[in-house]
Amino acid sequence: MDFELSQEQESFRKVVADFAESEIRPYVAKWDEEKIFPLDVVKKMGEMGLFGLIFPEEYGGSGADFTTLCIAIEELAKVDSSVAITLSAGVGLGASPIYHFGSDEQKATWLPKLCSGEILGAFGLTEPDGGSDAGSTTTKAEKVGEDEWLINGAKAYITNSGTEITGFIVVTADTEEGVTAFLVPYGTPGLVVEPPYRKIGWHASDTHGVVLQDVRVTSDSIVGTIGKGFAQFLATLDEGRIAIAALALGLIQGCRDESVSYAQSRHAFGGPIGRYQGVSFKCADMDVDVEVVRNLVYKAAWLRDSGRPFKREAAIAKLYSSEAAMRAAKDAVQIFGGAGYMDETPVARYYRDAKILEIGEGTSEVQRVVLSRMLGL
Amino acid sequence: MNIAVCVKQIPDPAAPGRLDPNTFNLVREGKLVMDDSDSYGVEMALQLVDRAGGGEVTLISMAPNGETSGLRTALAMGAAKAVLVSDPALGGSDALSTAKVLAAAILRNPFDMVITATESTDGYTGTVPVQIAEILGLPAVSFAKKVTLDGNKAMIERQSESGYDEVACELPAVVSVTAGVVEPRYPSFKGIMAAKSKPIETLSLSDLGLSADQVGAAGAREAIVSLRKAEARQAGQIIEDDGEAFAKIIEYLEQLKVV
Ligand SMILES: Cc1cc2nc3c(=O)[nH]c(=O)nc-3n(C[C@H](O)[C@H](O)[C@H](O)COP(=O)(O)OP(=O)(O)OC[C@H]3O[C@@H](n4cnc5c(N)ncnc54)[C@H](O)[C@@H]3O)c2cc1C
Repeated sequence: MDFELSQEQESFRKVVADFAESEIRPYVAKWDEEKIFPLDVVKKMGEMGLFGLIFPEEYGGSGADFTTLCIAIEELAKVDSSVAITLSAGVGLGASPIYHFGSDEQKATWLPKLCSGEILGAFGLTEPDGGSDAGSTTTKAEKVGEDEWLINGAKAYITNSGTEITGFIVVTADTEEGVTAFLVPYGTPGLVVEPPYRKIGWHASDTHGVVLQDVRVTSDSIVGTIGKGFAQFLATLDEGRIAIAALALGLIQGCRDESVSYAQSRHAFGGPIGRYQGVSFKCADMDVDVEVVRNLVYKAAWLRDSGRPFKREAAIAKLYSSEAAMRAAKDAVQIFGGAGYMDETPVARYYRDAKILEIGEGTSEVQRVVLSRMLGL
Repeated sequence: MNIAVCVKQIPDPAAPGRLDPNTFNLVREGKLVMDDSDSYGVEMALQLVDRAGGGEVTLISMAPNGETSGLRTALAMGAAKAVLVSDPALGGSDALSTAKVLAAAILRNPFDMVITATESTDGYTGTVPVQIAEILGLPAVSFAKKVTLDGNKAMIERQSESGYDEVACELPAVVSVTAGVVEPRYPSFKGIMAAKSKPIETLSLSDLGLSADQVGAAGAREAIVSLRKAEARQAGQIIEDDGEAFAKIIEYLEQLKVV
């Protein structure tokens, strides 16, 4: 049994932590308040190779394992969840489906640009009428010629779908042969990106609805196998769940660290509030969750990296970590008292950013459904 | 274009430092990190080599206990190899001894330019770069804020108190660069992995043909004779704005002769 990360992974963790400290922390309050997608920072993350971490060098990637990606997401999320989800979705939802299911040509065309962060890819599964029940896609793709498809429908809440550098969206659509994934490059007539949503949190992350109105694509834009679009996306989501858990791990640490330092510096009734157990026990509980979630995340990532089944562990990690993140954020706001309710306090941002973790990439209920099924229920 | 960059490995500035009570030297043990002020020189060297269309960046370092952690960081940024001088006899070296050692190490590989920081973050003597130049018999250009190459010449903008001087200098030369002149890249994971297998030549004093009495505490001509705490900064003066505060501020600045 060995819980040690490699020396190189530890050095990399330090680099990403330094990056988050100097390139993100000073500006994050402004991005949050003004709902700015920090394109320059995303480009720098691309230069550092973060978007290509887990892909082979032939596509401009680094050939690292999934554990290393989790390290990067965790370190970014300690400081800001929005930047962390931009990376997580860019890799997991944008590039991974192309890498796992794309044709050689699709890989050659898109992966190098995705790995370098020159473009971001979006993945449109959720629709205005349903997300959890993603198999019952109402977006339709109809074969209208020898080699031509006509797509009509709408996708909702799509991450990285409206940035200046979004290059394409992969959408699932129902065809006569079942749900199929299509890659639609930006600029294709009929593809309309709606104005950004007004979200509770993740203010510096980019989320839009995407409408497809008589969008014409050729057969070579099919990603993977016709009729297998649903199964493919399920495979993609398992990895994404570990990534979300890594993000939650960062957020919980952010909450713990902010809480501990406030508990030491804020005084009430003649002493620092950290000397009252009502406060210190909350910090202790956060510390417990940091440890528990860390073990869940890295165990699931390790299973994935060693080629073993990890569906159960990914669901457990996602479920437990997102609920732990909500607890930590709620307690952190409580420790900050009135200041915690003010938007400019980091823990207020953590609080607003935490909720989505219980919803995106499969709600907590969906994780429990997955686990129940695996128990034979 | 081959560039030697002097890189100092120092105790992590984030951890509280400790001084030896007898010599007043900084205690340098345990894991060291690359001095942040050297990351600018490494970045500038990488950019110059890149623009020249070929060549290598070689790191030069002197550190106790064969320490390489800081060098790995610079190798991960893209330097090709490193020369490390590590010898118990080097403990207590003063600036001039350090310069002698670094100069000897620089000579191990062909080079067109030596880049250093202006001063280290843990010693601050700021004398090593020009000492290296003197020992190597090369021109020294200090406080460079911009370096471009023109054939066998370097065109350098040299920071001065009132602006900058434009200097042209034959190569090889020793150039010390100021912090903030370029934006040091963050090492990529690929770079970190590649750094693992990049060569670090570790040398002792005798490998360099230097003897123990020329360097270290034995050869030091410089000693720290006393040490006292820096004076605490006085509280500033607060001017309440009654609509006329600007006049008082201008008057104050005039007293300081800064306007
Ligand atoms: C900021 C943000 C970014 C997102 N990014 C993307 C993206 O990039 N791509 C993408 O495709 N989607 C994205 N989503 C969508 C997200 O994945 C869905 O919102 C999520 O899967 C839930 O789907 P839904 O909103 O349709 O809720 P519904 O499926 O309508 O669920 C409503 C409620 O019913 C519960 N429920 C549903 N079925 C069951 C059941 N069988 N048992 C028990 N409870 C059940 C749910 O858990 C939930 O509580 C994003 C969402 C947000 C908010």
